[in-house]
Order: sequence, then C-alpha cells, then structure tokens
Amino acid sequence: MFDQEKIEEIIKEKKRWEQTTLPRWVKTRPERQIEFYNTSQIKIDRIYTPEDVKNMDYLQDLGFPSEYPFTRGVHATMYRGRLWTMRQFSGFGTAEQTNQRFKYLLNEGETGLSIAFDYPTITGYDSDHPKACGEVGRCGVAVASLKDFEILFDGIPLDKVTTSMTINGPAAVLLAMYVAIGDKQGVSRTMLGGTTQNDMLKEFFAQKLCIFPPKPSVKLVTDIIEYSTRNLPRWNPISISGYHIREAGANAVQELAFTLYDGIAYVESTLERGLNVDEFAPRFSFFFASHNDLFEEIAKFRAARRLWAKIMKERFHAKKPRSMWMRMHVQTSGCTLTAQQPLNNIIRVTIQSLAAVLGGTQSLHTNSFDEALCLPSEEAVRLALRIQQIIAHESGVANTIDPIAGSYYVEALTNEMEEKSTEYIEKIDNMGGVYTAIEKGFLQKEIADSAFKYQQEIDCCKRKLVGVNDYAIANECRTIPLLRVTPKVEEEQVARLQKVRRGRDNAMVKKILAQLHDDADKDRNLMPTIIEAMKAYATLGEICDVLRGVYGEYKELIVI
Amino acid sequence: MSQEHKIRVLVAKPGLDSHDRGAKIVARALRDAGMEVIYTGLRQTPEQIVETALQEDVEVIGLSILSGAHMTLFPRIMELLKEKELNDVMVFAGGIIPEEDIPELKKLGIKEIFGPGTPTETLVKFVRKNLPKRI
Repeated sequence: MFDQEKIEEIIKEKKRWEQTTLPRWVKTRPERQIEFYNTSQIKIDRIYTPEDVKNMDYLQDLGFPSEYPFTRGVHATMYRGRLWTMRQFSGFGTAEQTNQRFKYLLNEGETGLSIAFDYPTITGYDSDHPKACGEVGRCGVAVASLKDFEILFDGIPLDKVTTSMTINGPAAVLLAMYVAIGDKQGVSRTMLGGTTQNDMLKEFFAQKLCIFPPKPSVKLVTDIIEYSTRNLPRWNPISISGYHIREAGANAVQELAFTLYDGIAYVESTLERGLNVDEFAPRFSFFFASHNDLFEEIAKFRAARRLWAKIMKERFHAKKPRSMWMRMHVQTSGCTLTAQQPLNNIIRVTIQSLAAVLGGTQSLHTNSFDEALCLPSEEAVRLALRIQQIIAHESGVANTIDPIAGSYYVEALTNEMEEKSTEYIEKIDNMGGVYTAIEKGFLQKEIADSAFKYQQEIDCCKRKLVGVNDYAIANECRTIPLLRVTPKVEEEQVARLQKVRRGRDNAMVKKILAQLHDDADKDRNLMPTIIEAMKAYATLGEICDVLRGVYGEYKELIVI
Repeated sequence: MSQEHKIRVLVAKPGLDSHDRGAKIVARALRDAGMEVIYTGLRQTPEQIVETALQEDVEVIGLSILSGAHMTLFPRIMELLKEKELNDVMVFAGGIIPEEDIPELKKLGIKEIFGPGTPTETLVKFVRKNLPKRI
C-alpha cells in the first residue's frame, strides 16, 4: 500500500529510532515484560509501521464491503444501514417462564430471539426420563413436545421475529416443531426466518453434547441443510460454531481454524447430496466468541471473513459472492467472567462487545454480569442488552464501516491470524480431514492443552485477572440477587408431557415413528417425517430413541 | 520419597452438562502433582460414579457440575457412598454452585465446594491436607 522507496525510508528511520531514541527510554522506563503475546501465542511487536503491511494490496486483501474478500464487512452499508441484531440467548424453567422472558426482552428493544434449551432437550431425552431428573428447566427451557413450543411462542408471530435455536443433536426435531408452529400460525414456510445451530462436528471435540456417532450426526446436519435449501429460503440451516471451541479452552487461532474446517466438512457433505454450492452456501452462518484482547478479536473476525471467502472461491469454486460471504453471530465470552467482584464483568462484556462490533458482526449476544454464579436475572440481562444499545447509539463506532482498517497493527495481526489458521487447516487436510482429527483426539488435545496453559498462566500470575489473582477483595461478600429454578418446574413439565402422551392419537404416533425408522434405515431425508411426527405430538425423546436404535449412541473419547 | 503413597482421586462429571474444561484442568493438575487420577468422562449417573469409586478404590472424589442439578445429584451420590460403605472417601466439588446451597451440601458430608477462579494449587494442597486416614 506504500511505494518501495517510502517503505525503505521507514525501515531506515525505524532502525535509527531503535538505536538512538529507544535505548535511553528503555533504560529509565523499562518495558513491563520482556515479550508480549496475545492468547494465540502471537508475539506482539513494540510498534507496527507500514513495513509490517508492505506486501498488502488494498483491493485484493481488503477491498470494499459486500465484495470479495469481504474483509471489511458483508453488507455495503453495514451499521450505517442497519445495526446488528441484538439477540440475547435466553431460556429457563417452563415454556411459560421463557415466553415471559422473550416478551420482556422484545419489549426492552431486543431484535431477535435466541432459545436456550435445557440439558434433557439438548441430549435428546424427554423431561420424565430418569437421566433428566434434577435437570429439567435448569440451564434452559424444557421442550419435549409441540405443546411446549405452542406455549413458548404464544403471542409471538413468527413472521415478525427471527429465532435462533441453540440445538444440535436433536436440531431436526426442534426445526420441525418451529415449522409446525409456523403452519399453525398460518405463516408461509418461505417466510420463516432464523437459525438452527446444527453444527455437530464441534460437539465431538468441544461442546461434547453428542447423541449419535459422527457420521450419522453429520447426516442429520445435512438433512436440515438440504431440506432448508429446498423449502425454507429464509432459514439459516447451520451456524458453524467456534464459540464452544473457544469456551472449551482453544485460543483465537484454533477457534478460527477448527471452525472453518468444520465449515469445509459441511460444504462437502452437502455437495454429496447433489446440491450446487451456490444453492446452499449463501445460507451458511457462523458463530464466534469474543474475548478480552480487543485487537486479537477484531483481527480474528476480519481474518475469518477473508479466509472463508477464499476457501469458498478457491476450494469449492463458488460463483455467487453470497456463497463466499461469512455472516456471523458473536457472543461475549462466558469463560472470561469471574465469580469474584461480578460487576467487573460488565466492563469485560463491554470490551468484548466492542471487539465484535469493530469486527463487523451481524448479530450479538452480551453475557450478563452474574453468569459465573447462576442463570442471569432479569435486571442483569437488561443491563447486558444496554451495553449493546450504548455501543450502537452513543459510542459512534457504528457510524463508519470497518473503522479499524488500515491500522498497521490490526492489518498485520489479521494477516497473521489468517496464516496461522491456514497452517492448521493444511495440517488437518494432511491428517485426512476432520473425522480423523476427531478420532485421533487431535482437536481435543489441542484444546485441552491450550486450556491448561491458560490456567497455568493465571495460577502463576503471568496473566492477570482483575479481582481474582490481583486486586482481590479479602472475604468478599456477594450480595447480588440470583435467579433460582425451583423443583416445581420439573413437576409441572413432567405433568404436561404425560398429559400430552395420554391425549394424542397413539396409533398415529406409532405409525409415524415406524416410518421414521424406515426412513433412517434407508437413508432418506428425515425432515418431512419428523415434521409429521411433531404435528402428531410425538415427543423429542421418542424421535431420538428411534434414531438411537438405528444409528447407535456415541461413546466419548476421553482426552485430558 | 519413593515410598510415598500415591493418592488415588476420581474426578467425576455427574449430570447432563458437558462443561468439562474445569474437570479436565483439575484432573491434570492433580496428576501433575503426583496423584493417580481417574477421570470418568461426561454424563455419569450417581450410580456409575459410586461404582467407579468402588472399583478403582479411590480415597478422594472430585465432583464437577455446572448444570444446576447439584441439589438433586450430590445428595444421591453421598447416599450411595454410604450404602456402599465408602464413608472414608473424601468428597469435594466444584462448578457453578450458589453460595446459599453450600451449607446444605457440606451437611451431607461434602468437604468443600470450590467456585470459579480457584487456583489449581489450592486444590492440590486441599486434597493433601484432607486426605482420609486409612488403616
């Protein structure tokens, strides 16, 4: 971006500065550390100059928003046109309680819904299964049958909101319920907007909420992609997720590389269905975490867009620009929140949100300050949403597109994040792809090692955590009000489920479940039959049991 | 010091949640401190955990849970330990456990509950100090 002569002059001047000016300062004001690193173990230089970006070509590497390689953003007007979607992940207790929380958040200015399901739902068990005991409604809303969804969306028109569902193993069941509710509300399937997370690969090495083995799991993922491509044009069938990879302990480069590799695997599995890449790739979406190192995160988001665009163009020969764009949702990082001095978390979330916005996200969830202690209270959630609103309306950062572009540091770091991620991608390619990397425990080990290293850095105070290993308050007394989910939730939910089972046409349910077994056996797309099953009030556990029977259950590969 | 007895610890994940970052770090830290650590993996029922404790003849169990089901699952584990006469096994726990639940859990016999932000060194020292005396 600079002419050769100018660069040489800058290099010469930098040398002079390092030899004459700098030593005097270092003598009287030595640097705080001998070397500085970010979480990805990238060494951070003292100062960045045009020398560090001398090989960059503006048009080729940055370009303009909404055009290849999308480094500067996916939309031509970005936040000058429309702000990011403020989408708070929420769900707890019964469908009634979560319906109330949804309405509260919409009323407070939230612009999209995002459902958190409880563990029995996520792991494919009905609320009255023995393994569900004590877990119903604890970490999300309990959903076992269409009846729960009817209550959950009561008074919420599906043609007016978009809904994101954090669901993977039983994603087909929950999407089927959403379609069924849409049908009941009279909303055309072509109008249904939202996202199913539906990213099973990361489950095997990061989030670890698996039901079936990897191959049938990806078959189900691909069923949803195929079905949505043909029937639900406004649905994002998959949200390829780095968030859980990062939360499990990965650093930013690993998060980026492993997520994009999962994306590659899903493009391949969908191509095998005979779909053209330009038919389905435009609806792929991504989900990343945002941590405290502001510039590392901004660089990660920008590098992610550029790298994905290159992969789609060069590896998969996509033609449409939209097949190459990476739309993303970002959530601030849960694992950076501290139980000590919880109000400090508001500041962490603010920094992380700023990184996401400066990084050009399409959608954002801000964590609440009390989440290292419990599920967020109403007040804490509102405050978290206010962080986004203040950044959007008061900080001015949304008024121009990609405002950090051109920073020597951020551009150099963006390049380095991309290079390091590419190295990982090549390594996994050489290993034989993501399935082998999972079977060998390679990804699990990489993440566990990074997590342990991070903890060691905190334990020996190499990495300061305010309020935890420094600036701690002795005998800290925590007085913030905590949200509690009572055991009554489980009783009510179980009673409702049992009533549903008694009240439905059981012969019909049996017939549809037999059909599902046959579909799974013959490797047909399961979506149409699951939609039919939901309408007949078959339960989530029943569907998953049929599929467990056909596919078997996944046994965890333990890597410490 | 080669005669020193190797402490046997079971690190267990009851409940359906899959947040194993903490449990794995604890397992690794105790192992690095010279202990024999058995990690159960995810989603273990109370019955499975107690059975493993019995089979592996551990002196210490570390329970990790972040799903909020601790008030259902911990009492059940403690009850089963009594049934199997594993009264001399020292149990500690960690995860997202509200402070107001701690007194009740301690009453059940759980020696200590550690929250987020606990240094691994604290755990190592705690286990060594509170090791049950076996005859």
